[in-house]
Formats: sequence, C-alpha cells, structure tokens
Amino acid sequence: MKHKGRYGNYGGYYVPEVLIPVLEELEEAFDRFRDDPVFVAELSDLSTHYAGRPTPLYHAKRFSEHVGFKVYLKREDLLHGGAHKVNNTLGQGLLAKYMGKSKLIAETGAGQHGLATAMIGALLGMETKIFMGVTDVERQSVNVHKMKLCGAEVVPVEGGTGTLKDAINDALRYWTSHVTDTFYLFGTAAGPHPYPTIVRHFQSCISREARQQFLDQTGRLPDMVVACVGGGSNAIGAFAHFIDDPDVKLIGVEAGGQGVATGRHAASIVAGTPGVLHGARSYLLQDAEGQVMDTESISAGLDYPGVGPEHCYLSDIGRAQYVAADDAEVLETFGLLTRIEGILPALESTHALAYVAGLKGTLGPETIVMVNLSGRGDKDVGIVEQHRPLE
Amino acid sequence: MKSYRDVFSELSRQNRAALIPFFVVGDPDFDTSLALVKAAIDAGADILELGIPFSDPIADGPTIQKADIRAARSGMNVRRAMEFIRHVKQYRDIPIGLLMYYNLVCHYGKAEFFRDARDAGVNSVLIADMTIDDADEVLGSVRAAGLDSVFMVTPNTSPERMKQIAAQTTGFIYTVSVLGVTGSRDALSDSVEDLVRRLKSLTDVPVCVGFGISKPEHARAVADAGADGAIIGSRIVGMIEAHLDDPGRAIAEVSAFIKQVKTTLCEA
Repeated sequence: MKHKGRYGNYGGYYVPEVLIPVLEELEEAFDRFRDDPVFVAELSDLSTHYAGRPTPLYHAKRFSEHVGFKVYLKREDLLHGGAHKVNNTLGQGLLAKYMGKSKLIAETGAGQHGLATAMIGALLGMETKIFMGVTDVERQSVNVHKMKLCGAEVVPVEGGTGTLKDAINDALRYWTSHVTDTFYLFGTAAGPHPYPTIVRHFQSCISREARQQFLDQTGRLPDMVVACVGGGSNAIGAFAHFIDDPDVKLIGVEAGGQGVATGRHAASIVAGTPGVLHGARSYLLQDAEGQVMDTESISAGLDYPGVGPEHCYLSDIGRAQYVAADDAEVLETFGLLTRIEGILPALESTHALAYVAGLKGTLGPETIVMVNLSGRGDKDVGIVEQHRPLE
Repeated sequence: MKSYRDVFSELSRQNRAALIPFFVVGDPDFDTSLALVKAAIDAGADILELGIPFSDPIADGPTIQKADIRAARSGMNVRRAMEFIRHVKQYRDIPIGLLMYYNLVCHYGKAEFFRDARDAGVNSVLIADMTIDDADEVLGSVRAAGLDSVFMVTPNTSPERMKQIAAQTTGFIYTVSVLGVTGSRDALSDSVEDLVRRLKSLTDVPVCVGFGISKPEHARAVADAGADGAIIGSRIVGMIEAHLDDPGRAIAEVSAFIKQVKTTLCEA
C-alpha cells in the first residue's frame, strides 16, 4: 500500500493477507480516478440528475423558534433513496465500473446503504449482493423489499446479534473468496484503509455545498455543525469543509440507546476504548477481555460498536466533540420535528436533532446551527408507532 | 522446549511433512478441549495450532466461528488459554503456534501477551488480521519474548511480497491454499501445489499449508508439492461440532482421523 491510512493513532489496515492485494488495487484506482476529468464529470452529472444534488439548506423557522436559535437543516433526506448514502454509492459504484469490476457487495444496517447500493447496481447493470443482519432484516423489512425490487440479493447474516457488525464480518469473508470480480462497496467512513478516505471524499460534497449555501443565505458560516455518528459517514461529510474553520464547532451525536449509563447503547467514542475491529483501530465498545460488545440503539444505522478513525482523531485533538442522545430523546424529537416542520427525519438523523433540541435556551438568538438531516424517516414509521402509538 | 527447527529438521531427515491439527482452545469446554488436544498428540500431531476465541473472526468460516462462540460461552479467555497451554506442555513437549486476532493481543498488552505466551510454552503467534506492513507494532515484543514469527502467504500474494514475508518470518510461512476463509472443502485448490513450489523456490523458511486441507490425501498432496507441514482445522472442529452431546465420540473420531492423516503422510 502507498499510504498507511492513519488518522493520528487510528485507522490503518488490519486485515488478513489475502485482502492486501485488493486493498492495494482499490487505493491505486481511487488515486487514479478521484480527480480524473472523465470520472469527475460522470459522477457530477449523476449526482445532479440522478441523485438530486445540490440538496437544499433549509432554515427550519418553527424548530428554530422552539429552541431559541437559528437551525438550518441540510436536506440530505431529499436525495434519491432517501439518505446521504447515495453520495458514496454513486462514487464507489462508478469507481467499481472504472476498475472493470462486474459485481457489487455491501453491508447494511438500517438498509439505507444497502438500498443505495442496490439502486446503483441496477443503474450500472452490476450484480449486487447485500449482507444484512437477521435482526435488521426484520426491523427494516421495507428497505429489504426495495433492495430486492432493485434486483439485489439480500443475504441475511445470523452471527452475533445479527446487526451491522455481523453483516460487515460476512461481507469481508465473502469478499476474500471473490476478490477478482467483486467490488466491496463499503458504506461508512470506517473499515480498513482506503475506505475511510474514499467515503469521506464522496461524502464531503455535503459540507462543500453547505459552506457556500451559508455564505449565500446568511453571509457567514454557521457557529455549529451537528451530525449523527454511527460509523460516521454523514458526519465526516458534514464536517469535512468546516474542519479548517476553527470558529465552527463540530458535534457528533452517537446512539445513547437505553442510556450510556446502562451499557446498552452504541456510543463508541463517548464510552468506548481504542481497539481494532474490521481492519481499523478506533474507539470500540469492548469488554475487559477485548471481545467486541453487542450494541443497542433504536436506529439500526447507528448500531455499530466501532467508529470511523477520523472521528476518533478529531475527538482526541479536541477539534470535534462527541456526545450521545438516547432512544427516548430521539423519539421525542422525532415527534417534534414531524409536528412543527412536517418533516419525518430518519431516527439516525434524529439523534443530531435531539442534541440540538436539548440546547434549547442555552444559545443566543443569532446563533446559527446546522443539522445534517442525513435521511428521511419513512422507513422508521413502524418503529416509532411501536414505541409511541398514535392515540 | 522443542522448537520448530527441531521438528522440521527431524521430519526432513524422515522426508515427511508435519501434521498440524488446529483447535479452538476451550471448544466445547476446557476439559473436553484438553482431552481432544492430548488425543491429537497421541495420534501423531507434530505441532499444534491453537486459536483463542474472538467475537469477530473475519478470517474464519462458519465452522470455526461457531467453535469460537462455544469456547467463549464456556468461559475461555486469554488468561485461561495460557493455563490450558501449560497443561498441554506438561503432557508433551510439542511446539505450539497460536492463532490470534489483533484486538485481543492489544487489549492484553502486547509485551505482556507475548511474554506470557512464551512462558506458557508457545512457540509462535500468528495474528490473522495483521500483515508484515504493520509487523513493527509487534515484532519487537515477539523477539524480546523469544517467540518465532509466523505470517501468511495467500494465492494472490505477489512474488516480491512473498520474499518480504519470508524475510520477516522465523517460524514457518502459513500458506493459505485458497482465496477465502477457513473451512472444509471437498477438493484441494488446483493452484496450491504451484503456490507451494513457487514459495519453496523463493525461501528456505518452512512452508505449511492450511485452509481447506480436509482429507488425508489433501495433506499428502501439499506434502508432495514440497510443503513442510499441513494444517487441518475446520475438518477437525467440525467433528467436535457433530458430537457435542458425546465428547467421547468426538475424541475417538478426531483421534482416528489424525492417525489416518499421519499414516498417509508417512507412506513411502
């Protein structure tokens, strides 16, 4: 490999030898095509006309009134597929095509990345296989159905708790047996190098657009950017072009599940310790032995015991701050945003909103906060109904 | 304590390859696992390859994953594994290679892990999710503890990298016979004999072949291609899984199978 893929002490590529040649091939292809004019033009065309970029930056006035400061929502929920995931799947899908690969595999938690991969598989005419934990298959059945409609095969994964971590394990195993013709379209800014760098690159359009939109709409940069963090792809995309603006506070909101104190959560940076999982060193939820722990969150997309290495680094150097929102706060805020803005946020994104709602009354009225509304909540209506039935 | 060098030079005089069964330590429980390992030694194992259970074994197929889960549930952990190894070494002075995932090593503390492993009687540690590119993170402690290093070569490893891997390896090269994870396979990969020959032409470091060696004739075929050892994991672990309700039968089957492989390896 040309690069180590380290962010401070985090990242790297801790993988079995069999994956080294494929990761090398991927690193080389990414270096070659990321700024290639033909690749960039095709990606830009599809981002605009297929996925729906740029997404609006929306001043949520009623929500702002409720909290007492200005809240702007970056509307990634309006993208094709209903989440930011398509930014990455278009980029990596095209990369796969330029590399001459004929098959795509991906892991998925909430099903958003699986769906976004299935869409791109259909678009590019590539055979697609999605690995998904059995628990997630059950709680995200609508997305499973959509993936199948797009022609993808959904492989239910039984190991462990049947969630995202287990899906990644099995996708990695499958990949080692099919390295020649198969491209592993990794969904989050974690995993072995070069994935964290690749995913960051394709997701950084979020903050590139938002930065300019703030300058155009408000004449200045926001005071704070808030995004939910599972593996951390939407958050790194939302942070990327603000990292060099020291006055913009960056907040990542992890899944507090039943509450961080209960141990039943998925807040890796808030409550974890450094470890190695899925090819990278990151903060990790692990027991005293170093066995990776089961996680719990109402949102399948955040249900992951590790986290992207750059977030770990940003946390250590104090550039970004990481907090947790628990399930109850999330359900509360889901109801709030839906009622006063008519927007159904994904439960993942609602973690970011819940943190901001919790700042009510603590910031001045001229403070500007951006929340990355990374996905829409249609997929979660059943879960919300289960917990908070309508009267 | 018997070294790999002792075993390989002795076997080379006899012109045969080492028989290396693999077990997950503590599968399905401490006592049965120990009885299985002793039976394997009595049946003719030359070296042992032992794995300590990890929650996310990405290099392993379903058979060994399930064994990891069984062993973990029975209370096996790194410290108890060290104790297990001490019992094995009291029974027989046989070289032992550990197969680990990196997080367990890091969590235990690298220097402490390698030192304690050596004290328990381990000869080498192979970390399944670490390659020579990051070897500098561990090799200092490995050498300080007096352990041998073992790294993997796979069918897609370039010749240049094979040489680099050989240069970092003091124990044996763990040659993976297939592109994929551990698991029993009906047929031996076509490319493995060629892989062994290429590797042997590049290095004098002993070459042992694993992943998918499921039958006596597979072991014999890699030996005939020049391999210094054959590692058999999933086939044996599968026998344990098949007789969880009857440990005596699992022990008898594993023992009979290892004897059969040994006979095949010893035939002229």
